[in-house]
Amino acid sequence: MSEAVIRPFSLKSPLRILSSLRLTVICLGLGMLLVFLGTLAQVHLGIHAVQARYFQSLLIYWSPPGTGWKIPVLPGGYLLGTVLLVNLITAHAVRFQLTRKKLGIILLHFGVILLLTGQLLTGLFARETQMRIDEGQTLGYSEAPREVELAVIDVTDPNFDQVVAIPEEVLARGGTIQSPTLPFTLNVRQFMGNAHLAMRSQEPQAPPSQATTGPGKNIVVAEIPRTVKDDERDLSAAFVEVDGVQGPLGTWLISNAIPDPQGFTLNGHTYELAMRQRRFYKQFALTLLDFAHDRYAGTDIPKNFSSRVRLIDFERNENREVVISMNDPLRYRGFTFYQSGFDNNDKTTILQVVKNPAMLLPYIACGLVALGLVVQFSMHLFGFVRKRTR
Amino acid sequence: MKTSRPWILWLVAAATFAYVVAPLFQSDTWGGFEMRKFGRLPVLLNGRIKPLDTVARNSLLIIHGKQTLATDHGTLTPIDWLAEVLMKQDEADLRKVFVIRNSETLTALGLSPEAGKYFSFREFVPHLQELEQQAALAQKVDPQLRSAFQRDIIKLFERLTLYHRLKNSLEVEGTVNFKSQIDDLVKNIRPSPVPMNTGISAEALQSLGFLAETGYFFPIPPFPPNDDPLQWRKMGESLVAFLTEGKLHLAVNSWATMATAFAANDPATFNKTLDNYAAQVQRDLPRRVWKAKVESVFNQLQPFYSAMVIYVLIFILAAGSWLVWPKALGRYAFALLVVTFIVHSGGLITRMYLEGRPPVTNLYSSAVFIGWGAVLLGIFLERFFRNGIGSATAAMIGFITLLIAHHLSMDGDTMEMMRAVLDTNGWLATHVVCVTLGYASTFLAGFLALTYIVRGAFTPSLDRATAQSLTRMVYGIVCFATLFSFVGTILGGIWADQSWGRFWGWDPKENGALLIVLWNAIILHARWGGLVRQRGLMVMAVFGNVVTSWSWFGVNMLGIGLHSYGFMDSAFPWLIAFGASQIAFMMIGLLPTHLWRSQFEKAKSPAPTQVVDVPA
Repeated sequence: MSEAVIRPFSLKSPLRILSSLRLTVICLGLGMLLVFLGTLAQVHLGIHAVQARYFQSLLIYWSPPGTGWKIPVLPGGYLLGTVLLVNLITAHAVRFQLTRKKLGIILLHFGVILLLTGQLLTGLFARETQMRIDEGQTLGYSEAPREVELAVIDVTDPNFDQVVAIPEEVLARGGTIQSPTLPFTLNVRQFMGNAHLAMRSQEPQAPPSQATTGPGKNIVVAEIPRTVKDDERDLSAAFVEVDGVQGPLGTWLISNAIPDPQGFTLNGHTYELAMRQRRFYKQFALTLLDFAHDRYAGTDIPKNFSSRVRLIDFERNENREVVISMNDPLRYRGFTFYQSGFDNNDKTTILQVVKNPAMLLPYIACGLVALGLVVQFSMHLFGFVRKRTR
Repeated sequence: MKTSRPWILWLVAAATFAYVVAPLFQSDTWGGFEMRKFGRLPVLLNGRIKPLDTVARNSLLIIHGKQTLATDHGTLTPIDWLAEVLMKQDEADLRKVFVIRNSETLTALGLSPEAGKYFSFREFVPHLQELEQQAALAQKVDPQLRSAFQRDIIKLFERLTLYHRLKNSLEVEGTVNFKSQIDDLVKNIRPSPVPMNTGISAEALQSLGFLAETGYFFPIPPFPPNDDPLQWRKMGESLVAFLTEGKLHLAVNSWATMATAFAANDPATFNKTLDNYAAQVQRDLPRRVWKAKVESVFNQLQPFYSAMVIYVLIFILAAGSWLVWPKALGRYAFALLVVTFIVHSGGLITRMYLEGRPPVTNLYSSAVFIGWGAVLLGIFLERFFRNGIGSATAAMIGFITLLIAHHLSMDGDTMEMMRAVLDTNGWLATHVVCVTLGYASTFLAGFLALTYIVRGAFTPSLDRATAQSLTRMVYGIVCFATLFSFVGTILGGIWADQSWGRFWGWDPKENGALLIVLWNAIILHARWGGLVRQRGLMVMAVFGNVVTSWSWFGVNMLGIGLHSYGFMDSAFPWLIAFGASQIAFMMIGLLPTHLWRSQFEKAKSPAPTQVVDVPA
């Protein structure tokens, strides 16, 4: 062993670490571990919770059973991705050589950079919502399948409704909510992300309801864990007190499990309270003309699903028929509409509506990486063959 | 090439060829009935028009677990057996065709384990009620939580149902003279939109309804003849349609005549009717008949089965060449490998033609294709390095993957229709093919590394030159694997983006593919960074086998995600055993070199003398 060398402090050594292949290998290894554990965790947590906890996070925590501790055990997807990105960029910055021999490597790593950036942007900015349209129905909005909102609807004018929508995260915070367009405040007493509702007659020994008015008085509510299954929806519920200038008007139980609107009148205006999936209004509307579900002869194996819709956009003067089918979506004004499911005896279509500003990046990245790999490996291969045949 | 004689080479190739085509020369008839011709008649089942022979083979595989049925008087082919089931049910009921391997099932049904594992339908009759009750109990349990017994009893119940439906596909079982029944029907019926008003007896109407309901496959082609699969009819459906429309499809008569002649042991009438009917279908649907014929020849040849057997021989020859007669044995192995590859490819291409699809459409075909890809790469390696390693490794993977495919085929038809989202040849041809080639090459690299470790640690045969050429092979194949798995995985993301708007959803199968990409990238970066050398590369490549087998099979066993193919509990212990064996080989690969039998590394390293290990 040679004697220890005491290196003076320099900027070079952190840069050397950041750009080292060793760091690349460590990051990739941790990435494998993360992906593997994230796959296993899906069995119990469901895909959505795993995405948030493992892949769209900085750190993954472990809580020893029985304690409230949160011990970070693994870097999450965002942290690993960022470190890899920095590693890649510094490695190329430090050792950059534009030679023919390095061309493939540069191309493919640039593709990887694009891919990682694209996924980061997608995670941050993409939005997935759904449209459920019955045959003959026209819909101008899509809904978030896993997020609710409390809509306060002023239905006084028969020609239009005036809606104030309160998103779930505000409801979950609780407390008093005030809106300039409403002559009253809302006080969220309790919010339950997922709840079980039962009629009081079935559970007579339950404590009295917090609700003082509406059907909620006769309903027993219990909070339950959020669903982890892909094909189930949470039923959210909240106790909301409405406070007018002259004092409280009452406390309502609002839930998307209660289909009928609940309302009250104040100052000559009629208001309705409703818990519903969070809506995103569009500048255009879709009418479902027909949903088709083809099967293979003599079987129940689905061959194709397709929705014939009419696209109506007054702003852009569009009024035309479109067919959305499996593997053949509609792209319009930055949104993509995919055939996702069906319901109600093939009379209702479910369209997945996606807005992803980084949609094109993977396509470019894939091209670059493929090209880079082919260039690089064929140089190896030709060199090798030339050597063998000589 | 003085040690090898060309005529031996030709002899080896010719013998292989003879082995492959031998099944075509089996007898065409059974007791005077032209069974092969009968097996080629096209019928519709599960959305696909296929020869009756395919229906027979898949049904026998599901019920019996084998493609032939041994009896006291020789072996029955699948179509012989099916003919009995369809037309002579009394005798079919006596055949010991149902296999039960689970002793709990036997006990629960009150059957004696001493009686063997094969039972006839007749032997089940007293236990049917019990079986139905047990199956109903098991059905109530969530599929993933069922015990081995519960799964077995449900499977048995499904097999009995299949058998029952087959028996009632052409005629109601026990019918004495089906032909004369139909003649009576034609004579006495006054067609009416309401079947009750046609003058048919309530009993006869009920039995037609039963036939329409229970029948398993659709033997009656469209009339007027056309290519639409939706217009094929079951026997019962055609007869009910006759009541209302007054027109009887000629095919109904032909099938009924054959059934009656077969039951009456009258080969002359049977063969004549069969000839006429086959000629008629040939005129009406020439393309379908041609495909059915191709499929039936394909069934008979079983190219993947013969290839599987020959791969074993190739492995023995190639591995033998490392010990004796390297040139001669190596050449024979290579020649055989090429011939077998042609057989393997022939099977693959025939499947693609029959399905009208790219090569990989389900788990079964992925196994066939992984083997094919690995053998193709192995041939290239052997062509360059000529040391038997390419041949031996390729043959080994070819054998294992085809064996896996053979077991996967036990579930029935391997050419299923593609569910809506998968019904796109473009993506099947690009994403799926790329990812599967990625699997194939990662496996190849892993098995090459196994060769290195096994030869190095257990035999003295690994010299420096071989070790170096193995290193080059593994490195090259890992590069190849990286390319295909990366591109394939991203193409999968793009497909997902195209069909449900999500480039990457962290679905288990996607994650599995990503693991392979990451592992291959790790190997390459570790090598470039000098973190591993020759043996390290080999050990890492072996772990590639673990990663790939997880991604190929393991994630399917999680039973979740958009890609899951169903629960394959029986394969699970095998997967674990495979993983454990690979880890064991990695451990051996990490042993200090002085424990290895081959001492090639010593010569290479210019190590100072004092480092040489103490002689034991």
